[in-house]
Amino acid sequence: MRLRIRFAKTGKVRWTSHRDVARMWERALRRVRIPVAYTEGFSPRPRVSFGLALPTGHESVAEYLDVELAGPHDGRDELSTLPVVLSEALPEGVDVITAAVLDGRVPSLQHDVTSCTWEVEVVGVRPVRMAGLVEDALGANQLLVTRERKGRQVTDDLRPAIVSLGVLEDRQAGTLLGTELATHPRGVRPHELLQALGPGLELGRVRRTHQWIERDGARWEPLPPGATHAPHAWGRAS
Amino acid sequence: GDGEEVVSEITEVVREWKAGGRSPGSRPQVLRALSKVPGVYVPSMYDVAYEGGRLVAVTPRYPDVPERVEKRTISDLAAWPYPRRQLVPLTEVVHDRLNVEIFRGCTRGCRFCQAGMITRPVRERPAQQVRQMVSDGLDRTGYDEVSLTSLSSADYSGIDSVVGDVINDPMCSGQVSVSLPSLRVDAFTVGVATEIQKVRRTGLTFAPEGGTWRMRQVINKLIREEDLYGAMESTFSQGWQRVKLYFLIGLPTETDDDVLGIAELARNCVAIGRRHARNVTVTASVGGFVPKPQTPFQWFGQTSTAELQRRIRLLRDATRRDRGLNLRWHDPEATLVEGIASRGDRRLGPVIEDVWRRGGTFQEWSEHFRLPLWEEAMAAHGLSIDDYVHRHRHPDELLPWEHISAGLHRDFLWQDWEDALAEAGVEDCRWTPCYDCGACTGYGIEHVVASPVPPAGGSQGTGQDLATGGAVPVTLLPGREAVSVGRNGGSETGGIRQ
Repeated sequence: MRLRIRFAKTGKVRWTSHRDVARMWERALRRVRIPVAYTEGFSPRPRVSFGLALPTGHESVAEYLDVELAGPHDGRDELSTLPVVLSEALPEGVDVITAAVLDGRVPSLQHDVTSCTWEVEVVGVRPVRMAGLVEDALGANQLLVTRERKGRQVTDDLRPAIVSLGVLEDRQAGTLLGTELATHPRGVRPHELLQALGPGLELGRVRRTHQWIERDGARWEPLPPGATHAPHAWGRAS
Repeated sequence: GDGEEVVSEITEVVREWKAGGRSPGSRPQVLRALSKVPGVYVPSMYDVAYEGGRLVAVTPRYPDVPERVEKRTISDLAAWPYPRRQLVPLTEVVHDRLNVEIFRGCTRGCRFCQAGMITRPVRERPAQQVRQMVSDGLDRTGYDEVSLTSLSSADYSGIDSVVGDVINDPMCSGQVSVSLPSLRVDAFTVGVATEIQKVRRTGLTFAPEGGTWRMRQVINKLIREEDLYGAMESTFSQGWQRVKLYFLIGLPTETDDDVLGIAELARNCVAIGRRHARNVTVTASVGGFVPKPQTPFQWFGQTSTAELQRRIRLLRDATRRDRGLNLRWHDPEATLVEGIASRGDRRLGPVIEDVWRRGGTFQEWSEHFRLPLWEEAMAAHGLSIDDYVHRHRHPDELLPWEHISAGLHRDFLWQDWEDALAEAGVEDCRWTPCYDCGACTGYGIEHVVASPVPPAGGSQGTGQDLATGGAVPVTLLPGREAVSVGRNGGSETGGIRQ
């Protein structure tokens, strides 16, 4: 049986890495005595899988992990208290928003998620100028950006990956952008988006607000806040 | 010494000072008040005098400042079940696991080891308290690895059962691994090995230190070759494939034969491993010996860099073609600087500052270490590296740490130094008659152990019949059942050595 957990990572704890978060979760699950299943073999590891990694320094209110439980377990009654209990066992800034049981076989988060929504602060640029840059970018045929992937320099067109882009707010330090960026075939990171918008743009605070699964013309979050069941989770024909 | 009690005494003094307003110019007063707390050494309360470059006097500046500062010792570790709430770091650090100290002090009497010399007597934490601390600690932290720490963990009475209890605890659901740092070769039994390997193998490191039995007698690390091979057998038969061995070079009276003995020992360990699996690696890690204060070797002039380098080359040539054997060594130039610091006096403070000002930071990291910085700084202050590092000390000269005492009698240390040169070994005083080194007798304290019999049974590698041991100042912890003692002094509990 699998649990899917949605959690937030905000505040100072955003400076820990994804690996650090993975270990925080291992410890918290042990403290709360969740009966996690372990891998076999030489070095047994807990069967926990994370969705898309969040770059160090970014915040999020839409992080996910799936936890495989050991043995038959009817913990549905504990589900309602799980977010509070787990949040207490986790460091400050890492909070569980909701937890649900996954029925049947569900694709892994890495494969299933098709896009993410971000709030991206651009430092030192006024909204009017920002709006101009956004309009140019959305109107362009191509947005070529050179970035490093797997140790090599690669040049890609990012335009197809920008699902939506717009100015949200005037922030004192700069302008807040809202954007939805695709994760397949290659994910786009907020700082790469900035490279596409113009030279010398500086990234301020970044927060992931949603992850989306889009299939057959419909889209939903892996776990909306308050959900007790993963929406549209379907069993696969074996 | 031990900080548990003295830390509140220090806090009291500082608290009073703060309550008094910490008026300008009052700092010397609080320092003087601190110097009256037993166990606290305040350097500014002493004047030092040099003559011809040599230290000749360390004198208290006031009549109420002690001539010698004596270490503090807590006799009952059970009264201090700390840490109760170990901090759990969010980022990766070393030793990232639950740490529980199982005993303090060590009575093996290895002559190169400062920690062993000054932390006597042995004080064990009761096994039940260890289990409780492990259980509470794992509960609070969520760690999946426990480290049972001490200077020689397998010497703990009943180590097998404590390790077994931790690993087999149903609450841990078989997922907690136990790390035993500082494993003495002659106490690492199949019993201990079996328990540890059940969950996850943590690295195994043994420290024979000397390459030949003669060398080990000189340094009083009385491990016989059979003990090492026995431990290797336990290790490899229980499925380990990688082992690390620590050795020292540049030891007093060392010869090339002793150095080559390292290669042979390591090679034999690989051979034992190969009987169990094809892909075993034995890493022999070799470090230059740095004599330390408060040990019998404190008078020994450290071996020169050139000589250390020659001996390393000897070892490299001897092991070049050995498959399964990795040789690692510590940079002899770094060893030189460690030698400066190890037996330095207060004239070194400005030198260290100087090195820092010249850009020398992270000097213990090989990529940042620069010997010329140290050479220049020493020269700039008119100090000789040779003097601090390579000079054999005179038996009559005043050593810069003799106004600080761990209770060890100077006579004992000098006698032990002479015994070393005569290649005579000295037994573990927990189970054999006390030889009055001063560490306990001077303070009226004694060993606190749970068992009158050595845990691994038998001779602990000393080749002696301990059944005839004499009067030992030992307190037995309560609640310990009598252990049946075999005719040859071996214990009939589990985990008997071959």
